[in-house]
Amino acid sequence: MSARWEELRPGATVPERRVGPLTRTDFVRYQGASGDMNPVHHDEVFARAAGYEAPLGVGMFHAGVMATWATDWLGPENVRGFKVRWKEPVWPGDVLTITGLVARQTEKDGEQRVEVEIVCTRQTGGIAAQATAVFVVPPATS
Amino acid sequence: MADEGAVGAEGVAFEMDVEAGKIREFARATLSSNAAYMAGEHPVIPPTFLTTTFFWEERAPGRNPWPLVHLDPQRGMHAEQEYVFHGPPPRAGTRLVCRSRIEGVFHKVGRRGGRLTFAVMVTEFRDATTGALVAEARMTGVETEKPPEAGP
Repeated sequence: MSARWEELRPGATVPERRVGPLTRTDFVRYQGASGDMNPVHHDEVFARAAGYEAPLGVGMFHAGVMATWATDWLGPENVRGFKVRWKEPVWPGDVLTITGLVARQTEKDGEQRVEVEIVCTRQTGGIAAQATAVFVVPPATS
Repeated sequence: MADEGAVGAEGVAFEMDVEAGKIREFARATLSSNAAYMAGEHPVIPPTFLTTTFFWEERAPGRNPWPLVHLDPQRGMHAEQEYVFHGPPPRAGTRLVCRSRIEGVFHKVGRRGGRLTFAVMVTEFRDATTGALVAEARMTGVETEKPPEAGP
């Protein structure tokens, strides 16, 4: 069940998603799934030697959670673009809040699309990442 | 120090099979329980799933041209990542042909005055049967002049 075009005006939104406190297990599960085994994200000894006090959060993990929030709203098969920019690091123990809204409605190749802006905020108020996603909005069938 | 001579370098094309089990594992790891991923024989991929090329490019040398840029791993970070889909995202059962190239290396002055070096790699994903361009990934890495700030 996807949202309808008339409901997706600029500013339209759905409830936030809160995740965490994040654990090393969250990072490791993501790393195993993605194939990025960079030890800075799970090996305490390696992370300390690199100058960090704890394993550094995996940017692509919370990017993936931001994408999950958006696809739950607008439909996994409707996504046409996803662009994320990381702003500050995430650490074990962080609680992340994913929010977002429709920035604009567009048409391309006869398809109606929405551009959605998504923000991932840490419990400190710091912004961990910002993303823009593009979804097509299929015509209502009923 | 990034090697600007890497611009234009192309990796060897490689195949990637989009697999249902991998999609479900990836969806779970990104905290999704959406039925579009979890049910059916041919689930669609999540938006950032194509990062799993890691598993396919490491099977033979020359597939990933990124190391040719020589960003310093101690001062390198993933700055930005983009995926574009030219139609519905691929589904399990699709074989993709993937090819990466170094699109650019450029410099900027950071907020605190340090020189930042950016490098961009583009990966094209084509349907192995039709040859159609299905998706593109654009990865931007950054190397800072000083080590990034540490500590939770």
